[in-house]
Amino acid sequence: MAVITKDELSKSVAEEPSMMTGSTPPKGWMETPVQFKPGNYAYPTKVDKLEYLDSQQGVSFPNARVWNPEDEDWKLPANWKEIIINGLADRLDRFRSLKIFMDCCVRCGACADKCHFFLGTGDPKNMPVMRAELLRSVYRKEFTLAGKLLGKMAGGREMTAGVLKEWFMYAYQCTECRRCSVFCPYGIDTAEITMMLRELLHMVGCGINWAMEPVSNSNRTGNHMGLTPQAFKGNVDFLCEDVESLTGVKVNPTFNRKGAEVLFITPSADVFAEPGLFTCMGYLLLFEAIGLDYTWSTYASEGGNFGLFTSNEMMKKLNGKMYAEAERLGVKWILGGECGHMWRVIHQYMDTMNGPADFLEVPKSPATGTVFENAASTKMVHISEFTADLIKHGKIKLDKSRNAHVKATFHDSCNPARAMGMLEEPRYILDNVLEDWHEMPADTIREKTFCCGSGTALNTDEIMELRMRSGLPRANAVKHVYDQHAINTLACVCAIDRATLSTLMSYWVPEVEVAGVSELVGNALVIEGENRQELTEGLRTLV
Amino acid sequence: MKYLFPLVAVIVLARIAWVGSTIPGMQYVFGVDVPYAALILFIGGFCWRVIYWAKSPVPFKIPTTCGQGQSMPWVKRDKLEAPMNTAEVAGRMFMEIVFFRSLWRNTKAGIQPGPVLTYKSTRWLWLFGILFHYSMLIILLRHLRLFVEPVPFLISALDAFDGLMLNPTPELSLYVTDGLILLGLLALLLRRFLLRPVRYISLANDYFPLFLLIGIVTTGISMRYFLRSGVDIIAIKRLLVGLATFKPEITTEIAPIFYSHLFLVSCLLAYFPFSKLMHMGGVFLSPTRNMANDSRMKRHINPWNPDIKPHSYAGYEDEFREDMVEQGIPVDKELPEKADD
Repeated sequence: MAVITKDELSKSVAEEPSMMTGSTPPKGWMETPVQFKPGNYAYPTKVDKLEYLDSQQGVSFPNARVWNPEDEDWKLPANWKEIIINGLADRLDRFRSLKIFMDCCVRCGACADKCHFFLGTGDPKNMPVMRAELLRSVYRKEFTLAGKLLGKMAGGREMTAGVLKEWFMYAYQCTECRRCSVFCPYGIDTAEITMMLRELLHMVGCGINWAMEPVSNSNRTGNHMGLTPQAFKGNVDFLCEDVESLTGVKVNPTFNRKGAEVLFITPSADVFAEPGLFTCMGYLLLFEAIGLDYTWSTYASEGGNFGLFTSNEMMKKLNGKMYAEAERLGVKWILGGECGHMWRVIHQYMDTMNGPADFLEVPKSPATGTVFENAASTKMVHISEFTADLIKHGKIKLDKSRNAHVKATFHDSCNPARAMGMLEEPRYILDNVLEDWHEMPADTIREKTFCCGSGTALNTDEIMELRMRSGLPRANAVKHVYDQHAINTLACVCAIDRATLSTLMSYWVPEVEVAGVSELVGNALVIEGENRQELTEGLRTLV
Repeated sequence: MKYLFPLVAVIVLARIAWVGSTIPGMQYVFGVDVPYAALILFIGGFCWRVIYWAKSPVPFKIPTTCGQGQSMPWVKRDKLEAPMNTAEVAGRMFMEIVFFRSLWRNTKAGIQPGPVLTYKSTRWLWLFGILFHYSMLIILLRHLRLFVEPVPFLISALDAFDGLMLNPTPELSLYVTDGLILLGLLALLLRRFLLRPVRYISLANDYFPLFLLIGIVTTGISMRYFLRSGVDIIAIKRLLVGLATFKPEITTEIAPIFYSHLFLVSCLLAYFPFSKLMHMGGVFLSPTRNMANDSRMKRHINPWNPDIKPHSYAGYEDEFREDMVEQGIPVDKELPEKADD
């Protein structure tokens, strides 16, 4: 399917009738059914993937079948409605957040234009408040007095197949980025709503393959890409060869080595594809420079966790490998690579789900002696924290001129910004490895940062137009700083970003490339005994 | 329809009390029975709703961080936007509840040909919200003078402060908050009509409380400034003090406007716990605002943490052992001896 051209899309976004351009749908939202057509939905889960996952301990993924969202009949189980309502009741009992978020919204509209999907599509159902109303209307009808008595008068709705289809459409037009929750007077978090919607949909077998295939791969092989131990190690070995030919530095990473001090886990995309590969080279060089006693793991070879986009249970199951492997290998603490949603899971869920990690020690940097008190319980440190600390203590030698070819801006990934509060560390690193770099407009960075538009397993090609729309707010801010300062690099600390922003940039701002912060560190690193060639493009230089 | 029905409903409710209270013997119903019933519903409903919320645990620590969290000592952190302990959380909640911190952040997005997306700060909603809520608070406190005898000094002082002594007759002093609350409510109502996205998402349940509050305010203002005949303040105070001390009595006829006002207030009280107005209680319980961002420092406990094990290493090695041995990756269990053929 040909993707809409940039000019067409530019025109469409700014001029075609939509709620962003000042028109309202002719009918109210309850009377506007969803229409699935090629390009506006991601493909459903493949049967074998779902069957495999359903067979695993502790998780349930029923109703594997071949189905098509465009069909009238979604082949739901006979009692699907009962399953959904009971599932909702169960979640209300387990999550106070859900009850509060269902009951407290006053529909003030503060969140409406904060969502990148709404800004890019102008579809009113992409206003965060509307997305929640899709669920809230059913909640009112089934669980509140007013809704039971007054029905539609009180904003209540029957749970119908049409409503379910609407859920499927809009639960997968949300990247759980939480930007709306920053602006909500009650902190209502659409990510929480979307997670519940997706869980409910999985109960009747409605999920998307781009989420479930990585989940099933990750469960079996340890990483989303489905890399076998051989492939995983092979990929890293290739990178080591590249590093050596570029810098003359020989790096010798180890795999599944017992007794190492640190277990290093990064998103597998970093060992799989550009531009993540360059970020990975940066890690390898950095660890070599400080002589870190660390090991990779092929079993826990994935930092990312598509379980977060699937269900709490699946998130826990996939995340459990990190601690299991740390314990098996007998390491002291865990170091995590650059990844956004991975860090939401580590920061806000990991310890609760799979802790306490009593077999580990409070992380202490072997190079600086810094004790990472902020990770005292979870015992997992972010590479940006680790690197910033190294720079602060003068433990690594950096030559900014080696990044002379880089004119950068920095993209705060949603989760480090809004679920960790990690804003300064990457900036501090950039200050120390780049001659200069430029911020995007204030309303588009830090806690107000815009999502890449393709997170939560939406980085699949069949919804490319949707992705280019939802990524527009981010791309537009990059374009702004490009117009002002002719930047050529968008730095970030996220693996999904590295993949999705590359696509987004090549569409909207083709002059800009995407780079992980650790790649820029690797570029600038001066290592004893090195034999660096003239690297006009840093670690990307073709030799 | 969404706003017509609530509007008609409020007018009908006001009329019911207006007409009803003129029927002999019904004054007691509207003056005593209904307010008591409403108060019971309000307190009972409020408690029930909060208990309903509290019955569900908070399984995960999910604060929305809006500033720098705790890192190395030399990284300046934002104590109010990414709080690390109870005191800082209290500070964040204080900012949110007292100053509507998050609404203060609000921006308005626009799109121009290009496309060029623009964002500009917008504080109208914050202003209208503040105007309404704070006027309402002061008006509620002012009303205490009608329920207690003697009137506490603070209440009298607030009354004097709120009443602009513009008028030679002090009892006719204009209250600033009477004007401001009306302004706030009308602005909030106009938003719902004029802003396209807000109009699209508004439900009858959004218009009803607004009309109800406007009804309460207008009946109150009318009673004080315009329709004063038969509004016997002594009798009203006697009734209200009686209500407050559980010795209610109605000695004289009071004008129907008073009963309309009181009945609408009763409706508001009764409606409150079953509506979005419960954001008053909910704002305190929102997990994205009332939790510390210390989830890597202290383990948060999920009471229903399910027993789910990861796909085991042993199972993984069983599947890939040959591969691993070939690559020189250490294994826990060696390959079985190959029989010599």
